[in-house]
Amino acid sequence: MLSKRIIACLDVRDGAVVKGVRFEGLRRAGDPAALARRYNAEGIDELVILDVTATLESRRALGETIRAVSAELFIPLAVGGGIRSEADAAAAIEAGADKVSLNSAALLQPALITALANRYGSQAVVVAIDARRHGGRLAVFARSGSADAGREAVEWACEAADRGAGEILLTSMDADGTRAGFDCPLTAAVSGAVPIPVIASGGAGTFDHFVAVFTEGRADAALAASVFHDRDYAVVDLKAHLTACGIPVRSVE
Amino acid sequence: MHVALVDYGAGNLTSVRKAFAALGAEAHVCGEPGTLACGAAVVVPGVGHFEATASLAGAWRDAVRGAIGRGQAVLGICLGLQWFFEGSEEAPEVPGLGVLPGRCVLLRPGVPEAGQPALKVPHVGWNDVWPVAADPLLDGIRPGAQAYFTHSYAAPVTAETLAVTTHGVAFASVAGRGRVWGVQFHPEKSGTVGLRVLDNFLRLAATPQRRTRGAPPRVAPR
Repeated sequence: MLSKRIIACLDVRDGAVVKGVRFEGLRRAGDPAALARRYNAEGIDELVILDVTATLESRRALGETIRAVSAELFIPLAVGGGIRSEADAAAAIEAGADKVSLNSAALLQPALITALANRYGSQAVVVAIDARRHGGRLAVFARSGSADAGREAVEWACEAADRGAGEILLTSMDADGTRAGFDCPLTAAVSGAVPIPVIASGGAGTFDHFVAVFTEGRADAALAASVFHDRDYAVVDLKAHLTACGIPVRSVE
Repeated sequence: MHVALVDYGAGNLTSVRKAFAALGAEAHVCGEPGTLACGAAVVVPGVGHFEATASLAGAWRDAVRGAIGRGQAVLGICLGLQWFFEGSEEAPEVPGLGVLPGRCVLLRPGVPEAGQPALKVPHVGWNDVWPVAADPLLDGIRPGAQAYFTHSYAAPVTAETLAVTTHGVAFASVAGRGRVWGVQFHPEKSGTVGLRVLDNFLRLAATPQRRTRGAPPRVAPR
């Protein structure tokens, strides 16, 4: 039976892991390769490296981070943050990423989704959607959550899938950083509308938040950062809880 | 150990190369069919649409057949496995290599049980691998061990099936005949389970005698 995936996100700036609370007030949390090693040993199913600054200088540091992580970890690795062109995606993939995550660039030039899917396969293309409730709709925000993109989350997710995206990484900006639980209604709305997997992100705080997002939220995978980095709890304990609740997860070999 | 990685333009070979490197093998990306003979082992990777395997027609096809004829160990990964079959309904006009009988079909998970959401296709994520035949490629792999999949089409369960996985329907997640093996999952992305499969493959490649196929014990998947 297909397992629900637990994904750890490493928000990286200049080669170091940081984690934002509601996208502001970044604080440092550690060395990416060391964290990746720890997660792998604990049984994380997948890693996302997100370059939260994405300047030209940090991009070079990012390449080194991707190389360091992918040289020793043999689980899927996605890279996002500031991937604006086919060349940016190629550089991340060349460095060892299995998937690239597009956010603002996909909104600005949706043809990039198709171009990358044709070149690397849909499985290598994740479209990240940052959404929040705004004026009675599930509004999509671009540029790290700073600009209303004028799109609705479900409709944009469907278009992204049609254009060749292999997965949707859906972040609830309302829930992100709160540790008050994933946004299950948002996740269920998107997951029920697209044929591709949806990764829920934002709001993880307790084991039961994961149970909720996999059941009522209909998520295929759940992503978290700070709850894992800060050793609030270990991945292995989370998986034991999910198993006890009847949710299929991968056991550590 | 030298591994020849067939590069026919279907996706990214970095991860496969790195996984073999971690196991102490040098994987060379071969962009020319004439260079396949240099490695003891040949790996046909691949992701995406079956149509991409059209690039394997002609010289590549002959080169891979030549490698099989010489007794080189050959491993197909994902689309590479599917190409070993006769074809796929994903691109009916593109013939497969045909070393394994049968055609690949779209995963059709069927109608979900009441109250259950429909299974999604593509099949993406970690799923159980259940060996159905004793084969050295799967030495040390626990029945039900999980591997990472990402695909929409899958190979049929036949006499050449070595392990099955179920996503609504059962499909061949590992298949083999002689010194040709294929895995539907991505061993280079399947943690210690995947590395063990690749390591087993390297060991098989290093021992050139032909496998005895007799009548392997068959175990029904749970």
